Amino acid sequence: MGELSEGAGEGDAVVLEGIEKRFPGVIANHDVNLRVRRGTIHAIVGENGAGKSTLMKTLYGMHQPDAGTIRVNGTELRFRSPSDAIAAGIGMVHQHFMLADNLTVAENVILGEEPARGGLLDLDAARRRILEIGRATGIRVRPDRLVAELGVGQRQRVEIMKVLYRGARILILDEPTAVLVPQEVDELFDNLRAMVADGATVIFISHKLDEVLKVSDDITVIRQGTTVAEVKPADVDRGRLAELMVGSELPSPEGRESEVGSDVLLSVDGLTVAGPGERPLVDHVTFEVHAAEVVGIAGVEGNGQFELCEAILGQAPSTGRVSIGGADVTRESTRRRRERGLGYIPFDRHREGLLLGAPLWENSLLGREDEARFTAGPFVAATQARADCREIIDAFTVRTPGEDVPAFALSGGNQQKLVVGREITDDPTVLLAAHPTRGVDVGAQAAIWDQIREARDGGLGLLLISADLEELIGLSDRILVMFDGQITAELDPATATPELLGSYMTGARQGVPTHQEQAS
Amino acid sequence: MSQPDHPPMSDPAERPERASLLSRLTNPRSQGMLVTMASSLAAVLFAFVLCGLLIWATGKNPIAAYQKMFSLGFSGDKLRETLDRSTPLILSAVAVAIGFKMNMFNIGVEGQYLLAMLVGAVVGARVHAPAVVHVAIILAAAMATGAVYAGIAAVLKVTRGVNEVISTIMLNSISTAVVAWLFDRFFRDAKGNDLNVKTKPIPSTGWMPNLAGGLNSFLFIALVVLILYWLIVFKSRFGFRLRASGANPVAARTSGISAKRMIVIAMLMSGAVAGLVGMKYTLGELHAYGQGRPEGLGFAGIAVALLGRNHPAGILPAALLFGFLDATAAGLELKGVPRSVSEVIQAVILLSVVIINEVIGRWYSRRTVARTAAALQLEGVPA
Repeated sequence: MGELSEGAGEGDAVVLEGIEKRFPGVIANHDVNLRVRRGTIHAIVGENGAGKSTLMKTLYGMHQPDAGTIRVNGTELRFRSPSDAIAAGIGMVHQHFMLADNLTVAENVILGEEPARGGLLDLDAARRRILEIGRATGIRVRPDRLVAELGVGQRQRVEIMKVLYRGARILILDEPTAVLVPQEVDELFDNLRAMVADGATVIFISHKLDEVLKVSDDITVIRQGTTVAEVKPADVDRGRLAELMVGSELPSPEGRESEVGSDVLLSVDGLTVAGPGERPLVDHVTFEVHAAEVVGIAGVEGNGQFELCEAILGQAPSTGRVSIGGADVTRESTRRRRERGLGYIPFDRHREGLLLGAPLWENSLLGREDEARFTAGPFVAATQARADCREIIDAFTVRTPGEDVPAFALSGGNQQKLVVGREITDDPTVLLAAHPTRGVDVGAQAAIWDQIREARDGGLGLLLISADLEELIGLSDRILVMFDGQITAELDPATATPELLGSYMTGARQGVPTHQEQAS
Repeated sequence: MSQPDHPPMSDPAERPERASLLSRLTNPRSQGMLVTMASSLAAVLFAFVLCGLLIWATGKNPIAAYQKMFSLGFSGDKLRETLDRSTPLILSAVAVAIGFKMNMFNIGVEGQYLLAMLVGAVVGARVHAPAVVHVAIILAAAMATGAVYAGIAAVLKVTRGVNEVISTIMLNSISTAVVAWLFDRFFRDAKGNDLNVKTKPIPSTGWMPNLAGGLNSFLFIALVVLILYWLIVFKSRFGFRLRASGANPVAARTSGISAKRMIVIAMLMSGAVAGLVGMKYTLGELHAYGQGRPEGLGFAGIAVALLGRNHPAGILPAALLFGFLDATAAGLELKGVPRSVSEVIQAVILLSVVIINEVIGRWYSRRTVARTAAALQLEGVPA
């Protein structure tokens, strides 16, 4: 439908009026009014739980509103399912990628919409179309690469390509920058601008205010289920926008009440993890983390950070040495290392951190079931485990009706607080924290930072891996830059800026070619 | 365990239109149990109705046929037969359920118990020991056989990444052939006649006796296994690790649980229980291996485990139901309905339980999310 030139006189791609959505016992959206001009980037900001996702699900046909109207390109429509929305030219890029790792980019893109010729899959047609779209919009992907080999930024482009391929001219992007580094964010924004110039409309959901101010043409603020303001980026600053969004000041990761100690709590020496190709994924990495010290690792996702953590945890075969609290653990199992006080806030809480279908108390018990207080002979001391879970829920302000609720029922921020709570409640010696506040709302972010600072002031050694450079600069005592599996620089957070970090992270500062993804 | 002190998920007073029994039960766990039970019951009812229509379409009276089944079922002898037939189903379902809890599908129970029956009978006939010890030796041999045979699939999975569904299916075929060959070649009792070929008989010290009324005492072993299954898989720390590995292998591994070890142990356990499936026949009826041995119990166990949702409290009634259907199939025949309709009912139960569980499961997940959000909103933030 993108090829058709729409009738003149109606500048709005999407108009929502008086949208109300109730769930049993909750009014998730009420009196929501939204006007998205065609060919613009329209940001929707709000805290997690403010009702952004509900609203976008309404617009994408994942559920039906209880009241209100949806108008797309001037026509009032009723979506019974996402396929209706797709037919109307609306596409959605979810925060959690939905890609099949073992298929190629092209196969992923066409999944569910396979072009066929004579009953056979016509991959060539798909390839041509993907490259064509790439040229028009700047969303460049290589159709024949395996998705498993792609980094986060590249995967996101595949997700965007998927919706473009289905003819979407109105794109909803749910927290698209949560997983990206500044350069990738810039690239994404360039792509978005190119798409908009090509006539598409982008609805951009975020709570990163700087980005919103930078890229959007209009901003709609949602608070407690309703639209509270529509502003232009030129008319507001970050502080004002934050006030509109949460009704208070933004938290800051900075501040400390302790000195870096002298004890080495984590020592990594020549750690190397072999990769599928010739280049190791982690290449002779050496560093130390002291008591009450935060060592930040800056790097574009996919430069060995994940493998580094796996190796420190004892999950991946590696060479080199790892010591925790002075004890050489190189040959020890993951469980043994954890018993020595190694905590881990994983990169992806759904994949590595949670049993989504299990109750919260089982989740908070995971990895700690052998601790004396949770054991009753061969059995799990369920009463104690539940009590402990309630303590975590209280101490880390996990918002839940109780510890019997399954983990999937919680919002992302509350799931993350539970994971953080589980990992630091036992006073670990060393904590590996990967993106500890990724995808969580401002309130949860502040709470997690508080907990991390408190643990650090209590002597915890923290290895912080984060794509949020403000968090990295604010919390770290030293920042190591990881590029292509190697530690390529050590920076002082007092003088580092996000831009400077970015130039190291992409390898620009060594003259090493940037990490790339070129369409053929 | 309900938590009287915790904030209710929903307050009926606030929403009188939804003040159902379900919404008053505030504990998510007991709610989940109720929903599960209701959806399984719905599947069973649906199967009876559908098969009733089938009977009706053949010109017979479904009500009369069902009446006959049930009146037969509650007569003394059929009640005994129901329990007898449920005994191996309980064991078979537990074997399958152990696999399911580890997110593995052991389709090989059939082959595992077949081999175990032969080994059990051969060992039982050679060993001489006092009564209880003799039985224990035979059971241990059968369990070891089942475990080792299932262990092949575990080793293949752990070392070569072979999917256990494929390997256990193939091992079933191998088992059938190997057992036939071993039996024919080595263990056939020369004294037997051609009409009733068997291995050498097990001396009576190795028998499981019938109780008064003719019920075989092996039922109690099945119940003990069921209880052990509950304790080990649902209550123990080992079971917690097993279930965690099944629910999310990556998260379990990250927390320090060795996934490979769990795969091997779960498969060995599953195989050991599978080894017991046929023992009611070996020790209670045939006292040898040979003609009259059961077939299909491994597959029936899959259905029972699915209907029972892998939980001991579900497996028991599900096994009783399937035992009942087997035992009372003759009642259908008395009303001119082929007895195979009983099998059709079982098959439809299996299909409908899978579909209804999926549909209800999705609905319940959505509802849980909404309820959780609701409880939080009622607590603080006004909507």
